[in-house]
Amino acid sequence: MSGQSGDGPNVSDLFSAPGYTLIDAWWWPYLFVLLVGFLPTEIWRVIGVFLAGDLEENSPILVWVRAVATALVAAVIAKLVLFPTGALATTPVALRVGAAATGFAVFKFSGDRVAAGVIAAEAILIGGWLMLGT
Amino acid sequence: MSPASREVETDLVWFLRGARAVLSAPALILIATMVGYGGLARESGLALSETLVGVALIWALPSLLVMVSGILSGASLIACMIAVALSAVRLLPMTIAFVPLARDPARPRWQMFLAAHFVAVTAWVFAMMRLPDLRREARIPFFLGFAISLVTANLIFVAIAYQALAAFPPVVAAALFFMTPVYFLTALWAAARHHADKLAMVAGLVLGPVFHWLEPQFDVLWAGLIGGTLAYVGAKWGWPERE
Repeated sequence: MSGQSGDGPNVSDLFSAPGYTLIDAWWWPYLFVLLVGFLPTEIWRVIGVFLAGDLEENSPILVWVRAVATALVAAVIAKLVLFPTGALATTPVALRVGAAATGFAVFKFSGDRVAAGVIAAEAILIGGWLMLGT
Repeated sequence: MSPASREVETDLVWFLRGARAVLSAPALILIATMVGYGGLARESGLALSETLVGVALIWALPSLLVMVSGILSGASLIACMIAVALSAVRLLPMTIAFVPLARDPARPRWQMFLAAHFVAVTAWVFAMMRLPDLRREARIPFFLGFAISLVTANLIFVAIAYQALAAFPPVVAAALFFMTPVYFLTALWAAARHHADKLAMVAGLVLGPVFHWLEPQFDVLWAGLIGGTLAYVGAKWGWPERE
């Protein structure tokens, strides 16, 4: 894993140093995407193909596993709304939370139509942006 | 004409029929969301080529988001890998549900692995809705036609948006960034099959910011493990499934 220069990362760096900038080489970001993105994602699909037919989709372990995954993605959603980057960061937090909440309400009242929820949330966000003149 | 070449022709026809389904509301929403992701990736310091490689190889947007969230918070290699693996574990039960629908004993196994690579929320919901109505031999090419066209369309629009984002008015950029959380807020709820999934969403939404404040490097990891376990236990004892 360490570079040829001899001062590459040691084992403890894998746990503590920021991963994306761990190795200063042009190929590292691609290897990073492969190790951090592709591998831990694809493995579940491959295991799924092997297990299909043996493991019941609604077995307790899979229900728990899915709950953990859902909570994790929900945490990312909350972070994207509360602590965004870029252009979205200039909007007031109340507008973002209000727009997301309205979008979810419209989604529910439209009979779980994702498109309706997304359009409502975007309309509030853009309307709020234009009214506040950010 | 040999039987083999006739099969290829039929596969192609089904592939193209699948490809045509990319012109649908869920696929277009995903593309708009992925365009927002392209902007986020750029803000996080990912090069265009890294962004595109990520979309093509990973494909599941939650994995991409968790990866970028890890880059932004300076998380370590191991922490990033664990967080992505935990966010992607939902693909396991989804694949287990997908395989019996797509299975065609006449086809080689690699085609199933190829099809499974595209399992992610949008393509999976599409498969659940459309595959049961098709003949067995049509299912894999139809699904691959849809999935491969969907990935290709996403790559094209992400590349355009990545380059053009700086030229967009800020309100457009903000609206695109906002697609991601709002899409998942609704799509995840729509894909929830158990009470535990819904409780887990609420727990994650609350615990994400809490752990962001307590333990920024591992925030989504803790929110996922603790929130998901609380949701599982809560659903088991407090809100059991009827059946």
